[in-house]
This record gives sequence, structure tokens and C-alpha cells, in this order.
Amino acid sequence: MSPRIRTARTGGMLALAAVIALLPLALVNNYFYDVAILVGLNAIVCVGLNLLIGYAGQISLGHAGFFGLGAYGSAILTARYGWPPLAALAAATAGVALLAYLVGRPILRLKGHYLAMATLGLGVIISIVAANEDRYTGGPDGMSVPPLALFGHALTGEKIWYAIVGGLLLAVVWLTLNLIESPRGRALRALHGSEVAAEVIGIDSVRQKALVFVLSAVFAALAGALTAHYSGFITPGQVTFLHSIELVTMVVFGGMASTFGAVVGAAVLTTLPQLLAVLKDYEMVVYGAVMMLTMIFIPRGLVPTLAARFARKDPR
Amino acid sequence: MSAQLLQYLLAGLTVGAIYALVALGFSIIYNASQVINFAQGEFVMIGGMATASLIGTGLPLPLAAPLAIVATTLVGLALAKFAVERARGAPVVTLIIITIGASILLRGLASLVWDKNIHPLPPFSGDRPIAIGGATLLPQSLWVLGVTLVVVAALWWFFNRTLHGKAMLATSHNRLAAQLVGVSVRRVLLVAFGLSAALGALAGILVAPITFTSWDVGVMLGLKGFAAAILGGLGSGPGAVVGGLLLGLIEALSAGYVSSAYKDVIAFGIMLTVLVLMPGGLLGRRSAERV
Repeated sequence: MSPRIRTARTGGMLALAAVIALLPLALVNNYFYDVAILVGLNAIVCVGLNLLIGYAGQISLGHAGFFGLGAYGSAILTARYGWPPLAALAAATAGVALLAYLVGRPILRLKGHYLAMATLGLGVIISIVAANEDRYTGGPDGMSVPPLALFGHALTGEKIWYAIVGGLLLAVVWLTLNLIESPRGRALRALHGSEVAAEVIGIDSVRQKALVFVLSAVFAALAGALTAHYSGFITPGQVTFLHSIELVTMVVFGGMASTFGAVVGAAVLTTLPQLLAVLKDYEMVVYGAVMMLTMIFIPRGLVPTLAARFARKDPR
Repeated sequence: MSAQLLQYLLAGLTVGAIYALVALGFSIIYNASQVINFAQGEFVMIGGMATASLIGTGLPLPLAAPLAIVATTLVGLALAKFAVERARGAPVVTLIIITIGASILLRGLASLVWDKNIHPLPPFSGDRPIAIGGATLLPQSLWVLGVTLVVVAALWWFFNRTLHGKAMLATSHNRLAAQLVGVSVRRVLLVAFGLSAALGALAGILVAPITFTSWDVGVMLGLKGFAAAILGGLGSGPGAVVGGLLLGLIEALSAGYVSSAYKDVIAFGIMLTVLVLMPGGLLGRRSAERV
């Protein structure tokens, strides 16, 4: 890749690291920390989902299912079977990876809206199971989850979690940027352009798509498990179709095929409902209107549109 | 045939007919614009809720129902004109999100204009069950099945025997070619949204006396309609009807014989299996991918 892109990647990483490091100056109380942590956790999911949607060009309307499997998996192993949280988290994430691979191979042969429906169906199935297996999941009321612990010390408190989530987000973004620049990333973009053409030049399209699908599911499961341990509670509400939609909206809002766009999208759309909460009854109306208007007027998403605008002003 | 099985089949056909109406709405809009309209379920909700509130003001059903359908059609036209048409040429995911935004907006508006309570609608012609071979059938189910039959026949006539309908079909096959022979693609989009909104509203009014209606019934009915359209093959009229009826029957049989909590799991599971085996749906177009 050209040196210019390489600089943009390093520059972007440095900017993100600076924002994560300096943000605590503006976080005046625990509520602000709480919102920032939720932003980070959503951003981890969105960076992975963006790999699938923005780079490989495959739609998923079921990622809240993977998020929920990670959350419930880790919660059930710790709360019901007494596993140490880190082992439970790792096992749940590995389980989701396996499931995503087994399910991904057949359904990723589907295209466009058919794939959207298949992933949506998968998500709906997971959410119904979560709401009905109350012996394990606590049913519609949800279940409480033990906190994350390291060497027997429980990790609680907003500041520690901010550091954990911030560090993890940086790692996830770094990994993703490297993947995009690698031959595999180019193969993915070729797929997005034309699947047939990509196969003609020797790209195993099903294999590539399955790998990205698994990776995005792993990011979602990891964020789900962390969310469960952080908030100490999980309900089927976090596994629903509507949550899947929220995640996709974050990716598209921030800008498809832009890793930093996914982070910005997660930040804006996680904070927005917190701000809109003052509107009470009007919250849904305003949220829906914001979604429609941004997509109508900036269909490419926030970050690519802004980047194009700045690039135009650039004399080079 | 056992009375129990007959009972489940009748229930499945009734709910399946509703899914078929919603699925037809999905397919008509998809054909005209390649858009999956996630606000389709909201048309169903608006139809039912508007009828319930108009009846609440003292209007008789034969007046309230058409008024509600007209109101929903106007909402559909507004959605096409002010949102979908303006975003022409945007990526598919962007269009999906616009319609999802519209569905959230409409749900929010419904909860403000009306309320968040559950509203009943009186059955069209009494609620004395009709006995058929040991099973019972509500008169409302006959209304659902009868009206769906009439609507399907009318749509068939419209798309195969009228110039407007043929223009819409032509647009779905090849937009550019249709434009070249003088079809106003813009008007096709508007008609498609108007027609789908009217179909959705009709479904909402027909089903409300059986399941009641509220501001959020659109979410699940919309998903089921989408699932039915995909199951039958997206964009195929007969596919939407077959997909809807099949989905209704699968649900009713699994609720009856397996578990009512898991009826949707079974329905979606079967749909996933069908998709894996037949990636274009049951009656979808089999066309080679163009490079």
C-alpha cells in the first residue's frame, strides 16, 4: 500500500489513542465514564461488523445474537457453574467463533436480502431461546452476572473498566487496520466489488467471507461478555432484532468501509439516546428522524463524507 | 383428519393469509425499487390503530376501515416521496436503514398520537364460532381468508391485465428498458408504496379483531411478512402468498404439537433450512448472476 495510506493508518491510531487517553479529563463523574465505556464496547462490535458490511459487502441483521451469546455464555458459566470469569469469557467467545463458522459456511452463500433475512432469523432464534430458557438465562427478567476478576481480585469501578475497554478498542482497531491492509483485506475488497471477478482471480470467496463473519462474531461476543460482566446484569432486550439494527445503523451512520467511522458511529449513536432521554415521549420520533435524515443527506456516512470534504480543500 | 389437526390448519391459514398480505407489500415495493421496506409492519399497525380510534369516535366500521386505509396510503406515499425517492442510488444498506428509521419514527408518532395501550376491534360479523368437522372457526377468520382471496385475485388482474400493472412488472425486470419505452419509473415507485401501504393497512384491520392492536404490533408482523416474502422468493407474487400461508401453517402446527414459546424458532429454523437448500426462495427467479 502507498506510504500515504500507511501514514493515515498510523495517524488515525495515534489520534484514537490520544482521544482515549485525554477523554477522562472531560469525564466529570461516573455517569460520563459509564457512557464512555458503553461507547467503547459498542465500538468494538461495530469495528468487526464494519469489516463484514463495509469491506466484504455482506449484510448481517443478527449480530446482537452473537453479542448476546457471548454475554449469556460467559454469564451462565460464571454464575451457574462457578467458572472463573476470564475462562468463561474465553470459552464463550470461542464457542461463538465455532458456531459462527458452522452457521456461516452455508448461509454466506446467500446474497443480499436473502443473507439479511438468514442472519435476522438466526438473531431472532437466539433471542427467543434467551427469553425462554429461564432455568439458565433467568427468562425475560434477565440474570445477574458476577464481576470480572483477575487473580481473585474483582475488577469493579468505572475507571478500571474505562482503561480495559479503551485498551481493547485500540487493540481491535489496530488488528482490523492491519487486516484491511493485508492481502486478505484486498481479497475482501475484491469480493465487495464483484464476487465472480474475485473468484476468477483465485479468491476462495466462501472461505474469505466465513473468516470475516467469524471475526466479526468474535468481536461481538467479546464485547457482549464484557458488557455483561461490567453492568452485572443481562436481559434478552440486549439480544433483540432492534439491537442488531442499532449496531448496523452505527456502522452505516459512521461510514461504511471506514474503521474510524465505525468508532465515530458507535460514539454518536450511543450518546444520542442518553441526550434524547430528556425528550422522554419524543425520544423515538427524534431518533427515527435523525436516522432517516442523515441517511438521506449523507448516504456515505459521517466520516467518509467529512474526509472527502477536507480532501477537496486540500491543495494537493 | 383429526379435529385437532383441522383446528391447527384453520388457525395457520388465517394467520398465514395475514402474512401473505404483508409479504405482498414487501414484494411489490422490492420489485419497483429493490428496497426492502422495513416500515411495512408499521402500515399494518397504522391500519389497525386508525380503525380502532375512528370506531372509538363513533364511526361505523364500513366508514372507518376505508378511511384508515386511505390515511395509511398517504403515509406510504409520503415515505416514498420524501425519503426513498430522495435517496435514489444510495447503497442497499443505506436504504434499509432509511426505512428502519421511518419505522421507528412512525412507531414513536403512533405512541404519541394514540397511546401505548392495547386496543380491541369488534369482529366484522359477530363472534359466534362456526363448527367444521369437529373444529371451530371464528367468522373473522372467514373474513381474513375471503378478503385475502379477493385481494390476490385483484392484484393478479392488475399486474397481468392492466397497462399500469404491466408497467410496474416491466420496471421490476429492467428499469432502464422500462424507462426507455416510456414508463414513468417515479410514478411506479409512488404507486408501489401506496399499494403496499394499503395492503398493509388492510391486513392490520383484518387481524385486529383476532389479535388486538397496539402501537408496536408492526415489529413482529413486519418481520414475519419479510420472512414470508423471502421464503417464497423475493419479488414473486405467488411466492409471497405461498410463503405467507406456509409460514402461518408451520407456526400453528409447531405451536400446537411442539411448543407455543418456540413456534417462531421452528418457523425461522425451517426458513433458514429452505434458504440454504434453495438460495432463491421457493418460487424465486432463477437467474444467473450477471458480471
